[in-house]
Amino acid sequence: MKLRKLWVCAFVVVMVLAAGSISAGTLDDIKAKGFVQVGVNGQLAGFGIPDEKGEWKGLDVDTGRAIAAAVFGDAKKIKFVPLTAVQRFTALQSGEVDVLCRNATIILSRDTAQGLDFAQVNYYDGQGFLVPKKMNIKSAKELNGATVCVLPGTTTEQNVADYFRSNNMKMKPVVIENNAELNKAFFAGRCDCLTSDTSQLAGAKSVAPNPSDYIFLPEIISKEPLAPAVRHGDNQWKDVVNWTVLALINAEELGISSKNVDEMLKSSNPSIQRFLGVVPGNGKALGLEENFAYNIIKQVGNYAEVFDRNVGPSTPLGLDRGYNALWTKGGLMYSPDFK
Amino acid sequence: MTQPSNLSSPAQIDDIRPPLTSIGVIGWIKSNLFNGLFNSVLTLVTFFFLCKIVPPLIRWIFIDSLWSSTSTECRSASGACWSIISANYRFILFGFFPYELQWRPLSAMILLIGLLLISRHRRMWSKTLFYAWTAGLFFMAVLMKGGIFGLAPVESTQWGGLPLTFLLAVFGLAAAYPLGVLLALGRRSRMPAIKLLSIIYIEMIRGVPLVSLLFMSAVIFPLFLPEGLTINKILRAQAAIIMFTAAYIAEVVRGGLQGIAKGQYEAAESLGLNYVQTMRLIILPQALKIVIPPSVSILISAFKDTSLVVIIGLYDILKTTQTTLANPSWMGFSREAFFFLSCIYFVCCYTMSNYSRKLEKEL
Repeated sequence: MKLRKLWVCAFVVVMVLAAGSISAGTLDDIKAKGFVQVGVNGQLAGFGIPDEKGEWKGLDVDTGRAIAAAVFGDAKKIKFVPLTAVQRFTALQSGEVDVLCRNATIILSRDTAQGLDFAQVNYYDGQGFLVPKKMNIKSAKELNGATVCVLPGTTTEQNVADYFRSNNMKMKPVVIENNAELNKAFFAGRCDCLTSDTSQLAGAKSVAPNPSDYIFLPEIISKEPLAPAVRHGDNQWKDVVNWTVLALINAEELGISSKNVDEMLKSSNPSIQRFLGVVPGNGKALGLEENFAYNIIKQVGNYAEVFDRNVGPSTPLGLDRGYNALWTKGGLMYSPDFK
Repeated sequence: MTQPSNLSSPAQIDDIRPPLTSIGVIGWIKSNLFNGLFNSVLTLVTFFFLCKIVPPLIRWIFIDSLWSSTSTECRSASGACWSIISANYRFILFGFFPYELQWRPLSAMILLIGLLLISRHRRMWSKTLFYAWTAGLFFMAVLMKGGIFGLAPVESTQWGGLPLTFLLAVFGLAAAYPLGVLLALGRRSRMPAIKLLSIIYIEMIRGVPLVSLLFMSAVIFPLFLPEGLTINKILRAQAAIIMFTAAYIAEVVRGGLQGIAKGQYEAAESLGLNYVQTMRLIILPQALKIVIPPSVSILISAFKDTSLVVIIGLYDILKTTQTTLANPSWMGFSREAFFFLSCIYFVCCYTMSNYSRKLEKEL
């Protein structure tokens, strides 16, 4: 009986300590424990997937590394937690992860009712169509009566049904639970078109028996801004995550890359001086070291490097910058000034 | 009266061999494959399909296959691409365990398999074996976790692949079995409170699928904990598996208990044995022996059920295989990868059922 009381006491103490430690704010907690816990996808090529050696690779993964570099000056002080689609928000709310870099689309209900806060978008995605070239169609509007390969239970399925209905077209959905099997069915000719987010369609196309036999249709039927998410209400930590993503974008705009960042320290451009912390101020305002942006760029690279390394033309996904180009090049990537 | 001597002496009888068509290979074929019209047709049809299936399969597996190439070479080959295994086997088997330290889970697994093999023989069951298991489990934990003896510490979140499957299965089954026996005894108990609790537990757990229990442990349970306090994901999944398997074991054991004749209970009582003694010395040894076949089939299905932890994001061997298949370079070689995986599962499950048959014969 005594032992039992002891256990109850111990449990209460642990709970109080846990409750006490969380109230200090996420950034202080992270600094105290010495690493950032990042929730990632785990099975999405180009965004979050381990390679043959179990090393994490991907655009979301590199975003997480940039956050670690900003907080600790060391991109390796990070722990990745692979999460499924259902788990991801619970994991964030329960404190299992500090930040979620898991291709989560910003939508109103997540930002409000689900208790999340989204930082700057790190990838603009959208749902598109992949069709065989020999079908000889130029637009999704010509798809009336088509059989459509689609994953069940996703917003993807909903979007494509909405699109066909709003254009007064008929479709026959072919739903297959598993992504790999879905792609196989499409390449075997079981459906006229395959629909999914364009980043995933690119992956599917790259493994087609003959990739040049397939083309994308120009229509993008949904908006999928993917962004890192944090718990609602911790503004300081959200600022850190937000300005980390912006730092990647701003560095590209300023022409700073991991290769030239050391020379750039000597630059006379006041924007660059402020950005890299040569002229102090930004770091203190965020609660970070003054050279946090330097550490990000030195260890992870700027947005262009991150993009090209993970999803760019030289990778199996082979994606163009598209909407993810800088605003100066016709894209949507736009960073406020660091001052 | 004398009998004709040439009949009474066995030596005199000529051994007339049966006709050539009823012995040897031909005889075997005749009696087993072509006895009667229906069976002859069946044989021919089966033979036809075997001829259609086997040669291309062997061609695909062995002749046209690639064993250590790049994925690009694989895509133009017509046979199986075993390169997906040779290129990724370390991730498939060990998941996120740091690459340079993967000898540690490997030796932990060898240790575990060695101990299991030794424990196969009943004559080895002794105190020494018990100590060997204790020491073995300690060293396995040290190898996996590190942190002492100069081994670098490895977080349990980095455990994955086959060691994780074994961990969930072996500890899940080892803990579920005694718990299941206790629940079965509880359900048969004369004390109403214990009986009711056991019934509620068993029926509630059996009434939900394992997937929903795992979901509860992974998604809902953390929400009840104070913020910042997290319980290890592996532990949570392990608890769910134990709870689930125990309920099924309990029902099987209860069947065994009910199969024991009433006379056995009465005999034990008349000897003056108390409840614990009756159960331990008379009833359970007989009851558990009867239920070996059904409990082994539960253990086998529980072993395979550990693969359900993929849905809560644990990287057991099924998930590491799926992850490899999501890699664009190796996407599409699912046949080869899952063939490899099913071989591993088959070896484990077959060993279990084989052992249970041996145990049944011995007891």
